[in-house]
Amino acid sequence: MSNVIAEPQKKEKEYSTLNLGPTHPATHGIFQNVLKMDGEIIMDSEATIGYIHRAFEKIAEHRPYYQITTLTDRMNYCSSPINNMGWEMTVEKLLGVEIPKRVDYMRIVIMELARIADHIVCNTVIGVDTGALSGFVYMFQWREKIYEIFEEICGARLTTNIGRIGGFERDFSDKSWKQINDFIAEFPAILKEYEGLLMRNRIFMDRTIGAGPISPELALNYGFTGPNLRAAGVDYDVRVMNPYSSYQDFDFIVPVGTKGDTYDRFQVRHEEMKQSQSIIKQALQKLEGMKGGPHHADVPAFYLPPKDEVYNNMEALIYHFKVVMGEVDVPVGEVYHSVEGGNGELGFYVISDGGRAPFRVHFRRPCFIYYQGYADMVKGSMLSDAILTLSSMNVIAGELDA
Amino acid sequence: MEFIIYKIILISAVLGLTLLVAMYSTYAERKVAAFMQDRLGPNRAGPFGLLQPLADGIKMFMKEEIIPDVSNKVLFVLGPCIAMVTALMTGVVIPWGPDLIIGGTHYPLQITDVNIGVLYVFGVVSIGVYGIMIGGWASNNKYALLGAIRASSQMISYEVAMGLSIISIIMMTGTLSLREIVEQQAGAHWNVFYSPLAFIIFLICAFAECNRTPFDLPECETELIGGYHTEYSSMKLGFYLFAEYINMFISSAIISCVFFGGYNFPGVDSLGLSNNIMAFLHAGILFGKIFFFIFFFMWVRWTIPRFRYDQLMNLGWKGLLPLSMVNIFITGIVMYLAGKL
Amino acid sequence: MSTPADYLPILLQFIAALGFVVLTIGATHLLGPKRHTNVKNETFECGIESVGNARVPFSIKYFLVAILFVLFDVEVIFMYPWAVNFKSLGVRGLIEMFMFMSLLLLGFFYIIKKGALKWE
Repeated sequence: MSNVIAEPQKKEKEYSTLNLGPTHPATHGIFQNVLKMDGEIIMDSEATIGYIHRAFEKIAEHRPYYQITTLTDRMNYCSSPINNMGWEMTVEKLLGVEIPKRVDYMRIVIMELARIADHIVCNTVIGVDTGALSGFVYMFQWREKIYEIFEEICGARLTTNIGRIGGFERDFSDKSWKQINDFIAEFPAILKEYEGLLMRNRIFMDRTIGAGPISPELALNYGFTGPNLRAAGVDYDVRVMNPYSSYQDFDFIVPVGTKGDTYDRFQVRHEEMKQSQSIIKQALQKLEGMKGGPHHADVPAFYLPPKDEVYNNMEALIYHFKVVMGEVDVPVGEVYHSVEGGNGELGFYVISDGGRAPFRVHFRRPCFIYYQGYADMVKGSMLSDAILTLSSMNVIAGELDA
Repeated sequence: MEFIIYKIILISAVLGLTLLVAMYSTYAERKVAAFMQDRLGPNRAGPFGLLQPLADGIKMFMKEEIIPDVSNKVLFVLGPCIAMVTALMTGVVIPWGPDLIIGGTHYPLQITDVNIGVLYVFGVVSIGVYGIMIGGWASNNKYALLGAIRASSQMISYEVAMGLSIISIIMMTGTLSLREIVEQQAGAHWNVFYSPLAFIIFLICAFAECNRTPFDLPECETELIGGYHTEYSSMKLGFYLFAEYINMFISSAIISCVFFGGYNFPGVDSLGLSNNIMAFLHAGILFGKIFFFIFFFMWVRWTIPRFRYDQLMNLGWKGLLPLSMVNIFITGIVMYLAGKL
Repeated sequence: MSTPADYLPILLQFIAALGFVVLTIGATHLLGPKRHTNVKNETFECGIESVGNARVPFSIKYFLVAILFVLFDVEVIFMYPWAVNFKSLGVRGLIEMFMFMSLLLLGFFYIIKKGALKWE
């Protein structure tokens, strides 16, 4: 007989439960957060995911390599070119293809533009969540300009599918070069305006300094990467630590915060936008001397032969068929490649059994990892802080549930 | 009898004007926001989108009423009604201009000049809290409840500082009647020059009372979805939104009257126009001041972020409350030294 | 001086405001479509079924604010008659009110020291 005597009932304080999500304006996507509240203060938090799980990794096992970019597009849709190019570089690594420098630099231009677009979204949404809507609408015009560049290059805006395995489908047009140059010339002044609107605003500083802080140790233990880890004071950037796409040829600063709070994250992203600009400027200078160079690597298995040959030449027709159907020989092996995505280290792990589709794919999605730490970060803070923490970590639902 | 008929005419005029200004404030707000954000704003309904408020109003009328099953239905309808009625009630004591003289009879451009004008405004404004509180509670929705609680604790906190800040003005003028306060400021003797601190405190509190940014916590959409009006639809939602704009209009009118000389403007009296034209000119001056403050409200809204709840409470209780008390001390001492006692 | 007649327009305004509100609410009630479904009439809970009732015990701190408001507002009301008659009361009135306000401030500091206005 065990413990017959009833223990004196502990009087627990009664908390009210508040659901933050799935469809809440602050989540900017579909995921849930069950908060136990004492008035305005969060006593406990439980993060739930799975509302837009689309089984990307499983779908990828049934698709030819070149068709997987439509899945990676839809992970972090704010910076989809980086996702796509990361995937393409992974496949190139698997194939062992040599990429011309010109392609590397062109990729860097696109990836850094995508990073600026991503950071514009994140930083202005921090503004929106503190109540300053104007900066958001104003800055979105400049994100629009980036999208116009993408549109000119590949015809799509949000889910761009801008590259191909081995490089680009075609060279950038003269108009797109001009658009890129114009953007780089005009953007710094706009960024300065936005800085003036919020960076030293007393209310904004009061709201964001100390909101949702994370220590470097905890951030590392959770596996944080990207701007969120750098804001906590760890200078880890894949572009520097493990350069890909010839990032070693460029000169840039990795901004690092100290406290890991919302204000630091805001500042780190802000500074990264400036650094991205300087990277693009350098890349444009380097590309200036390479006019008319190759725009893709020598991988005939992923590039369609010219149309008139397809119509008149049987080999070319067979090639065309094989390329379109994805019946391409891929070496057996496993590869991990990571890029510095808009949100942090975006990793691609592929096992190939030599077939037309990968045997197994895993995407290392930074948002998924951030969201695990979220519950810890908001405990004991106020509701308003929790919302700022969420938006400043830039948790994007598409990347959270692959 | 003539008195009552005149009052009824005046009441309908003021009521209509209030509603018109509030309606076009929504239009102005969107245009101002668009201007600040480098956009166009409403431009489809009518020339320059001028019929947009009308279209919005008709839309509100034609929308389905949704009353949640779990809500308290009577209170759910009562909430927005209280908010609207109290918003419309405050305009009674505002002096819109000097008397009209028609056939030797004086017709004041003020619905009524009670000698407790300022107190009346505060009284009615405090009832406005109930509209929000009842509506938020009756919804039986957590976000609405949180919004309602935020709204009520915010509004009552800032009411104390607001009440204290205006005491220094009353010390100087010695009256609670808004008309007398305005008339004492004839020329350029505006109270704002004599008690600027009171003006700043009053302005901040007015923002808080109207639930405008940076004090729009009760309805901040990124935290509480819609705040206290999360569950509201059709004209009941319209009433809450409308009441906010009317409150903004009335606040601007009161700020103009108490601190900026109301319908007075230096140099206007020496123009030598006939009395009735003068009265309308003065009313126009008052409206000019009011529109400036409405614009100011919008300007602030589209520029700065909002406070966090604890910061808001700290500012109200630990910042503005002691400051307004200090302001009374200063006013008293300065008036003693200036030999006004 | 105000006479009771001065308050009559307030009553008229009240009737007008009430009439406007009742008329508008009635009109929307008649004009709008009525297609109620069970799901539509649920309260909003971020797209999932609501957990429990919203009318749960709430944090005491909000209540404390209300109590403090009552205390202070009553004292503010005391100051209005004094302010109106400030000039005629003279220096004596000034000193008396300063003493009253000092007491008020003393109470205020007591409240702050007690942590009644602490939110964290």
